[in-house]
Amino acid sequence: MAGLVQDWKAHKRPFAAIAGAPLFWLLLFFLVPMAIVWLYSFGENAGPADIAISGTLDNYKRATEWLYLSIFLKSLAVAALVTLICLIIGFPVAMAITFATPKWRPWLLLGIMLPFWTNLLVRTYALMVLMGTNGYANMGLGALWDGTSWLRVAVGMQPLEAWTPVQLLYNNFAVVLGLVYVHLPFMVLPLYAALDRLDKSLIEASLDLGAGHLRTLMKIVVPLAGPGILAGVMITLIPALGAYLTPDLMGGTESQMIANVIERQFKRANDWPFGAALSFLLIYAMFILIALQSMRRDKGREAH
Amino acid sequence: MDFKTLIGNTQNRRSLLKGMGVAAVGLTFTGALAGCGEKEAKKLANGEEAKLNFYNWDTYIGETTLEDFQGASGVDVNMTLFASNDELFAKLKAGNPGYDVIVPSNDFVERMAAADMLMPLDHAQIPNFEKNVAPEFKDVPYDPKRAHSMPYTWLTLGIGYRKSKVKGTPDSWKVLFDSDEYKGRIAVLSEAGDMFRLYAKYLGKSVNAITAADIKTIEAMMIRQKPNIKAFHEDNGQDLLLKGEVDVVLEYNGDMAQIMTEDEDIGFVIPKEGSQLNSDNLCIPKGAPRPKNAHAFINYLLDAEAGKKIAETILFPTPNNAAKALMPDSYKSNPIIFPSAAELAKCEYAKFNPELQAQYEEAFTRVRAA
Repeated sequence: MAGLVQDWKAHKRPFAAIAGAPLFWLLLFFLVPMAIVWLYSFGENAGPADIAISGTLDNYKRATEWLYLSIFLKSLAVAALVTLICLIIGFPVAMAITFATPKWRPWLLLGIMLPFWTNLLVRTYALMVLMGTNGYANMGLGALWDGTSWLRVAVGMQPLEAWTPVQLLYNNFAVVLGLVYVHLPFMVLPLYAALDRLDKSLIEASLDLGAGHLRTLMKIVVPLAGPGILAGVMITLIPALGAYLTPDLMGGTESQMIANVIERQFKRANDWPFGAALSFLLIYAMFILIALQSMRRDKGREAH
Repeated sequence: MDFKTLIGNTQNRRSLLKGMGVAAVGLTFTGALAGCGEKEAKKLANGEEAKLNFYNWDTYIGETTLEDFQGASGVDVNMTLFASNDELFAKLKAGNPGYDVIVPSNDFVERMAAADMLMPLDHAQIPNFEKNVAPEFKDVPYDPKRAHSMPYTWLTLGIGYRKSKVKGTPDSWKVLFDSDEYKGRIAVLSEAGDMFRLYAKYLGKSVNAITAADIKTIEAMMIRQKPNIKAFHEDNGQDLLLKGEVDVVLEYNGDMAQIMTEDEDIGFVIPKEGSQLNSDNLCIPKGAPRPKNAHAFINYLLDAEAGKKIAETILFPTPNNAAKALMPDSYKSNPIIFPSAAELAKCEYAKFNPELQAQYEEAFTRVRAA
């Protein structure tokens, strides 16, 4: 690959012509606003609508209090759990797509990407309709329960107690389920990309030489798909860490995540400097995650 | 027209937008641009172009009000929508992007006036204020002498409930705040300030006399009550009640009046400890491009006939006496829309208090994290 891509240092002018516009865009609409928010994080409210940038570190001091740190840690735990579940569900799905016949593969991939055609908010509301106390999931479970009860009576046993709806919505379970639902495609697509590139003859060789399916999977497939797994983990973990809509709509009284706290600082609390400090702590945490990943990747490259 | 058909085609003002947040953002954005960008050659006698940008809550205007105003004055009103006072404030915080008339609630009138974001009103250009508005809305603590705002509607918080699922009438804040009687079937507001003020009411204090020690006490009570509460809702409590998710809910009277016609099993009560009043107000933000049109529009909204058409659609209590006089009895004497004088005597407006607001928010974050 390296031979095909020409070194940009040797062709500065065409490179500048191509990269200039996106760089300008990035600078104007990403870096400049982010810099302003970064400056806000060293400021304080000087009236209902004014922020004085005084260089104070109070916002960071407050943001690292145990209350907010514990919310950070809780968000990280939720995001990690979501990522793990996505990996456990996503890996077999990616394998299935990889080994599907060429006729089926585009359709399966389409199935994974189809949800992206609908707005996240609409998908979340749809899920809420499904999971409500009187939603379809509970209706289906209730019908099954009643059916079982009827069968028991038919065979001469005691009927079951009356059905009480399961509490699916407005708790941490709902938040994790909602986040897994939303983030699963982010996991499946990089995994598929990694597995698709994998040399299938290696798997055949492993099986021919007497390794079982599970051993082949753990010793051959997983190590070779490692970079893809890591990419999938990152691309799932980072947005899940900043999730805000799902805990807001599907969560219960204890389901706040750090992004919800940040949102409230910018709106209800009208404390933009503190909100900015919390946001930047979150951004730093994500930087560290990405840095760790690229360090691992570099190490992997040296080893080869 | 009877009350049911009146209400039948009404939707909820605050929660509908929540469900269409993204659509609303798009609408607001394009709307504001369309309103500001076009060059209009047509000028009115007052020297302003025949346009007006109106920033309002969703479903909070009469069905034909804007066209009627255009017919009467020639001004083309471009209405865009916001879903919360915070959204309104955040949008105007960095400078007015071109709005002529906005509709903040009472505490935000105070906040925006304190931040010098509102234009003083010229009462000479709003004769309908003196003529039509009820006396108790003519001079209010949150805007002395109505220097910056005109009353549009008012509302009060109370307990909405499903009659078949509660014992008697849940006429005390206790059922929401301090009891496990309806464990797992309770939803309360996610707005920290409202929650702390109503807890203060339950404790027999004024909503404007809360101290740091009270906040500690209330926080502990909230944490104790948290396991009994199903959700902190974003002002869509009436939907939760209607869908059967919860059986008792903290909500506004107008919102409850609307769903009570869809479901006979729904009731609403203002608790005996008293409650908090809110009022939405018409204001002109500083930097409004067309202040004369804005005054004319506000005057038109306070007209008796126009006010009646608005009340018919939105069904919130109106402070416009002349308009109220034209309404049918089903509206005028509805105890949900217009609570009794005895009930109202125990209700108060909350004063804007920036220091306490920050403490409420932090305490509520602790409650949620506990």
